[in-house]
Amino acid sequence: MKIYPRQHHRVLQVITRLMVPFVLMFGLYVQFHGDYGPGGGFQAGVIFASAFILYGLIFGLHRTRKVLPPSTLRWLVSFGVLLYAGTGLLTMLLGGNLLDYDVLASNPLSGQHWGIFAVELGVGITVTSVMISLFYGFASKR
Amino acid sequence: MMDQLPALQVMLPMTMAPLIVLIRNPKWSWLLATLATGAACLVSCLLLMQVIDGSVIRYAIGGWEAPTGIEFYIDRANAGVALLVTGVSFVTLIYAYHSIQHGIDSSRHYLFYTGWLLCTTGLIGMVITGDAFNVFVFLEISSLSTYMLVAFGSDRRALVASFRYLVIGSIGASFILLGIGFLYAATGTLNMVDLAMRIPTTESPRAVLVAFSFLTVGVMIKAAVFPLHGWLLSAYHHAPIAVTAFLAGTATKVSLYILVRMFFSVFGEAYSFEQLFLNWVLLPAAIAGFLTMSLVAIYQTDLRRMLAYSSVAQIGYIIAGISLATQQGLTAAVVHMFNHGMVKAALFMAVGCILYRVGHTHIPSLQRLISRMPFTVTAFIIAGLGLIGVPLTVGFVSKFSLIQALMERGWWAAAVLILVSSVMATAYVGRVIYLLLFRESRSETAGMTGVNEAPLLMLAPLYALLALSVYFGVFGSQTLRLAAGAAQTLLGGYQ
Repeated sequence: MKIYPRQHHRVLQVITRLMVPFVLMFGLYVQFHGDYGPGGGFQAGVIFASAFILYGLIFGLHRTRKVLPPSTLRWLVSFGVLLYAGTGLLTMLLGGNLLDYDVLASNPLSGQHWGIFAVELGVGITVTSVMISLFYGFASKR
Repeated sequence: MMDQLPALQVMLPMTMAPLIVLIRNPKWSWLLATLATGAACLVSCLLLMQVIDGSVIRYAIGGWEAPTGIEFYIDRANAGVALLVTGVSFVTLIYAYHSIQHGIDSSRHYLFYTGWLLCTTGLIGMVITGDAFNVFVFLEISSLSTYMLVAFGSDRRALVASFRYLVIGSIGASFILLGIGFLYAATGTLNMVDLAMRIPTTESPRAVLVAFSFLTVGVMIKAAVFPLHGWLLSAYHHAPIAVTAFLAGTATKVSLYILVRMFFSVFGEAYSFEQLFLNWVLLPAAIAGFLTMSLVAIYQTDLRRMLAYSSVAQIGYIIAGISLATQQGLTAAVVHMFNHGMVKAALFMAVGCILYRVGHTHIPSLQRLISRMPFTVTAFIIAGLGLIGVPLTVGFVSKFSLIQALMERGWWAAAVLILVSSVMATAYVGRVIYLLLFRESRSETAGMTGVNEAPLLMLAPLYALLALSVYFGVFGSQTLRLAAGAAQTLLGGYQ
């Protein structure tokens, strides 16, 4: 894949600069409004990652890598899984079954709320970082 | 805490896997991975003791009772398989510490152990879950990590082997997914107990038939049943030897368990064998498998490839036991799953010791290795005798019960063919043992100077596994009783 960090893509660069914050915002909306509307960690993760991939396509890989170094990504990939598994273990420690969110708060409803929140956040973080890692993997010429 | 054991068994390796990625130190990763699988092994021991009297543990994930939610369903039939998976994973992981030093850069060791733990997670999950779709999810976890582990092989051909396994394995996985989809369309449920209840009264028997066909072929690809075994040979040959030992002991056995669970518990013996005549498909495949693969194994010059062919042949025996669909036949199949899992893992571990010191596994150049590596060669001989089925070894226990079961059903020809295949096994194992003990010509022993015994950390797990297999060979009635219980549970269907 050829990446063009060239000046004569001015239109694309300006549009991208405008787009990226909105894409990120939409990703966060899908992530955190997933409790009430359509959405969730997986979709949000892909949308969130697409902002970084768009930035990488227009401004070049090395600038994206400055924003999100591969070492950070590797950390994030496993952190998301740990957040998911940790929530499961926490519910077991608090006396419920695996991923039984009822025990997480004083009343079951808010327990379910917090449980879903944590688990979906874990999914979102992992999906975002895996998508960007895949992009780095394919785009780098090593 | 005791009632949390089923979930703990899966969560221990699963939580440790991302932790290892964060730690990244080769030694610590090995230690943590070993501890996690060791703990999981302990948990499966405890679970087996709880269900050995025929009781059933049902664990509702998230507190949602089945069939609404996903459940872990543990009974006599799968607790033993879970113990086999965690036990072999634990033993081969201890062994892996030295054996992966060659060929894998130490900066990538943590990835290796992460893949290993995820593979273990997937295999345990496939065994203990009571939800058909969950089987697929865990199957994907274990398969994807297996592809990665195979690609770690020091040889460049490992990449090709891994890619080939990926393509064929993905076809198998898609077949399984399609089958599950059709089942869901026909019955409206994914819980296996619920499926077993609803399949006989379904309004769309054709969809069930399609589901059955897709599932059978898909799982048979994953289990490397004879005509669908293409991926296994190169994957076993080129993967790091510790991975081969791990997979040979667990991966195909887990798929065979899924096959048995599906035929007998979900679809029911009456549907699979009386209505569809499945034994007319399984038995010829099994016989063709163990005859041709044993024959081909005789002509191999590479030790690892020879054992890979032998693995496909042994899977043929298990399928022959399944195709009987009787209490005795299923007992023989289950007991052979355990015994062969142990023996083949031990054999590959012994070969790994040779590979570690000598650097290759070319059979003709291993003449009189016993003078250099006495313990390794002794281990290989003991395990090899178990593979042939010499009396007082585990191979004898399972082959004897299989032949008994075949004769009871009146399938004399099949019983005789098993004996023929055993003679061939004697030929291919005996040839290697002869070469390891005696020298044929002086010319080909060059390059053996400086070769000495494998390190203790490789020999100790190997001998632990051997001791276990000898114990179960001498006191064969114990495993047979356990397997008979499993067979009874499977044939009885879900309560």
